[in-house]
Amino acid sequence: MSLRKKIMDFFTRKSTASTGGGDKAIQKQVSMGKLTARQRLEVLLDPNSFHEYDLFVKHKCKDFNMDKKTLNADGVVTGTGTIEGHPVCVFAQDFTVAGGSLGLMHARKITKIMDHAIKMGMPLIGINDSGGARIQEGVNSLAGYGEIFYRNTLASGVIPQISIVLGPCAGGAVYSPALTDFVFVVDNISKMFITGPEVIKTVLGEDISMEDLGGAKVQMEISGNAHFFAESEIECFQQVRNLFTFIPWSNRKKADSFPSKPPKAKFDIERIIPAEANKPYDIRDIIKALVDDSDFLEVQDSWAANIVIGFARINGDTVGIIGNQPLVLAGVLDVDSSDKVARFIRFCDSFNIPLLTLVDIPGYLPGVDQEHSGVIRHGAKILYAYSEASVPKLTVILRKAYGGGYIAMCSRHLGADFVFAWPTAEIAVMGPEGAANIIFRKEIMEADDPDAMRKEKVAEYTEKFANPYVAASNGHVDAVIDPNETREAIIHSLKVAAQKKEPRPYKKHGVPPN
Amino acid sequence: MAKNKLNIDYTIYETNLTKKFVNRKIYAPVNPKLVRAFIPGVIKTIYVKKDQKVKQGEKMFILEAMKMQNIVYSHLEGKIKNIVIEPEQRVAKNELLIEFE
Repeated sequence: MSLRKKIMDFFTRKSTASTGGGDKAIQKQVSMGKLTARQRLEVLLDPNSFHEYDLFVKHKCKDFNMDKKTLNADGVVTGTGTIEGHPVCVFAQDFTVAGGSLGLMHARKITKIMDHAIKMGMPLIGINDSGGARIQEGVNSLAGYGEIFYRNTLASGVIPQISIVLGPCAGGAVYSPALTDFVFVVDNISKMFITGPEVIKTVLGEDISMEDLGGAKVQMEISGNAHFFAESEIECFQQVRNLFTFIPWSNRKKADSFPSKPPKAKFDIERIIPAEANKPYDIRDIIKALVDDSDFLEVQDSWAANIVIGFARINGDTVGIIGNQPLVLAGVLDVDSSDKVARFIRFCDSFNIPLLTLVDIPGYLPGVDQEHSGVIRHGAKILYAYSEASVPKLTVILRKAYGGGYIAMCSRHLGADFVFAWPTAEIAVMGPEGAANIIFRKEIMEADDPDAMRKEKVAEYTEKFANPYVAASNGHVDAVIDPNETREAIIHSLKVAAQKKEPRPYKKHGVPPN
Repeated sequence: MAKNKLNIDYTIYETNLTKKFVNRKIYAPVNPKLVRAFIPGVIKTIYVKKDQKVKQGEKMFILEAMKMQNIVYSHLEGKIKNIVIEPEQRVAKNELLIEFE
């Protein structure tokens, strides 16, 4: 064969292997509103930046006539590309090839690119669209999953790992996204569950659709498994690219800096916050009044909405923001919000992102269901995560900071580096009504007019303790500040904390509550 | 902005409630006279009859779940008032199976 012929032969092989599962399967994929694996990578990555690995990999299965079957690229497209010029490792399961089923070589392609990502210190983005294990490959298929989970765990806290679920992701397969940092889902396309509707029907006799069991909305609003929701695949890929502007490429780096921009003028702190501690407002408006260009990327916006988490930039640099949301359940902490916050803190701490905590909390949610769901061990996660975090920790107490909630929300006592309080802050062991009822129980009970006495005692307690000055007089708060100075105070504190070092006792790893 | 109220430590907060909070299970004490399914599955053999007196620890029925035949023993001594299950019946978790007098 001449050189030219060899090159032509190569092109023929390459184009055949790149056709996925063929026209019919691709048509079916498109009719479901889905892009093909290669199209997805094109949209996700910078134009023409994708370099494919392992295109010619073949499966080794001989049973059930599999030796007569060719599966192009073994059902998964892997490689490297760039996002905003930074390199990333990617894999995209190809549902058009044997339903994207995972066999050993399919898995080995994924683990190869994962090893690459860990070694080179760059993010891993996985697109999941697979019917599950390739049954014909038996236990080898299970081996493949296990090898992926192992690497997900090794890579955790070393490189950012993103899962984009664009199709079914069921059974054991769905544990891979659960081990990664952020899960993206798309309405009507993503389906995640451990046991599917058929098994549930057989075992329990319960009828449920895939969508109602584990669709995108369910994972966003009910289970808390997903972090970002999009209406379409294209929107989803834009969300992924946007997230990457806020996070660093590995735990050895800091997120990119951008030119500083002032917040938009329409977010005016004094007009957002009501003076009465029992009246609500949207904490996201306060966040937008503090951050560059009022640009706030909220994470898990529709699950455990009584706490708000997300990324923004202040003076051009990324901060992870956590704020109690008085608009939902009065901003209490509970089982779900504790889980949500603790994991976010650990992500930020792993990837050198300073934490800004905005406190307005009445306490923990009372109730039998909360206690029986283990609010003790869930709530303890926040204490653990904040105490463990060694990135700069800034706390601003806006209004209420009562009891255990005060301690949990990155108080000085859990290692906050800077604690500011607004003049509206009420830092106390509990709210005035509750405290007065306990401290002055006898006076109230014995009074001729108990209600009048209660009111009087509540007012007395409010006057004495519902302010920031008791905490400030003990040094638990560094400074009481004018709310309008908050952004400036945060910018200055971040500069002061830029070289923060906080040695910790040696350990292999802790044993966090879960 | 806020449609509901929530009482935390005697302070009434104006706020919105979540679906999960509204639909939370209201606690009811466990009635020891009612035997319920601890796992979803299929009832296999039933060893006891209505009006029968059973001792604590006596075999009552088999509840097959996840390919395991779970033998359910009586947790108290008493007379069976009612058996609402039949062999091969599929039961949901917490479904009432047997009632004691």
